[in-house]
Amino acid sequence: MIAIVDYGVGNLASVRKAFAAVGARAELVDDPAGLRRAAAIVLPGVGNFGHCARELARAGFPAELRRARERGVPILGICVGMQLLFEGSEEDRAEAGLGFYRGSIVRLTGVARVPQIGWNAVRTVGTHPWLRDVTSGDHFYFVHSYAATTAEDIVLGTVDYGGPRLAIVGSPGLLGVQFHPEKSGANGLRLLRAFATSDAAVAASGTR
Amino acid sequence: MLAKRIIPCLDVKDGRVVKGTRFADLRDAGDPVELAQRYDREGGDELVFLDITASAERRRTVVELASRVADVLFIPFTVGGGIGSADLAGEILRAGADKVAVNSAAVRDPGIISTIAGRYGSQATVLSIDARRSGDRWETVIDGGRTPTGRDAVEWAADAVARGAGEILLNSIDRDGTKLGFDLALTAAVADAVAVPVIASGGASSAQDYVELFERTNADAGLAASIFHYGELTVGGVKEVLAAAGIPVRPRERALA
Repeated sequence: MIAIVDYGVGNLASVRKAFAAVGARAELVDDPAGLRRAAAIVLPGVGNFGHCARELARAGFPAELRRARERGVPILGICVGMQLLFEGSEEDRAEAGLGFYRGSIVRLTGVARVPQIGWNAVRTVGTHPWLRDVTSGDHFYFVHSYAATTAEDIVLGTVDYGGPRLAIVGSPGLLGVQFHPEKSGANGLRLLRAFATSDAAVAASGTR
Repeated sequence: MLAKRIIPCLDVKDGRVVKGTRFADLRDAGDPVELAQRYDREGGDELVFLDITASAERRRTVVELASRVADVLFIPFTVGGGIGSADLAGEILRAGADKVAVNSAAVRDPGIISTIAGRYGSQATVLSIDARRSGDRWETVIDGGRTPTGRDAVEWAADAVARGAGEILLNSIDRDGTKLGFDLALTAAVADAVAVPVIASGGASSAQDYVELFERTNADAGLAASIFHYGELTVGGVKEVLAAAGIPVRPRERALA
């Protein structure tokens, strides 16, 4: 079972339905203990970073997410869920992220329109098992006013919006995407399918 | 480069797509989910469903529509038409819609914009404006174009963005159904007045109309209904012409399998 972390934020029905469309069973999990049974975990998020971080903490998820990370359970962060993998955001300095990656989230500048809303091409600059079906230049759907910056060697994809912005970060067992794969048509479904059928997720679920 | 978006719009009544001019001479045009899938295959970047059901069943049918569409459509979609409360907006979003568009209710009570944006985020909050030329300005009209409000449409757009609207869906009543092309002056005025994306609507009849829209205004997207329904234009055909003119569009996707 793929657990979609349900902390009251985001369009979770869309994420669940997108997994269903590629033949994967995903469930909304609103109890942190539920993550212990998960073969893989999706951390969604939308809107304000501080609000998301607060709600995630209030629901008691950070500790279980850290344990899952230590156990090597595959984790996919989407949009603000990707930003939550970092230490913090200038959108709300009072709230901390999970700190899986060093770096910060900064406001988009140098463009006429913020947020970036719409389809943009992602240039891949690294490889990852869950990106096996992504081709550099594929378009994905973005909705964001902030983007991650990092000095760590985790940058796997960038998007051009007033300059290159971080679109995909990852390392073994962990991936964060700034765009919405559940709303990115076939390109997004391919990414979710690769995540759902990754070796670690399959081994942990024991059903495939 | 961020792609300019081509957005087919479906008018829905009692759970069925209807054709014709917006509020008269309605003809049944089929199942919204099937049509939505067709537009998805043709390369529509996003869809807008405008629900014009008038019956007491409206609340149930509009939420059901959002849920059925979300089962099969994996591109963003907006539901609008008579959304009069933040609670109904929330039901539609939880059912799987990405955005809700408010129009007349927001003019009567602008607080609904900040309430929806506060609960669900600006990215889910679209303000739809119907505008009509009045002297050298444009007036906001509501109730499907029947009721003038005296509000300047450009000022209303800016006010709504300040209240939390994350996108403006701008429909020219003067051009709606005329096939004279988008109202470029209106669109430019609004697109230059706000920092959020503007979707132009009303009057498109050719791919060239889209080229002019994106070359001569800062609009982010162009919406059309009947020309796509009747097959006079396809989304893919519009995109080919735009790409040839050097305007960034999302190319046709590789199929999933």
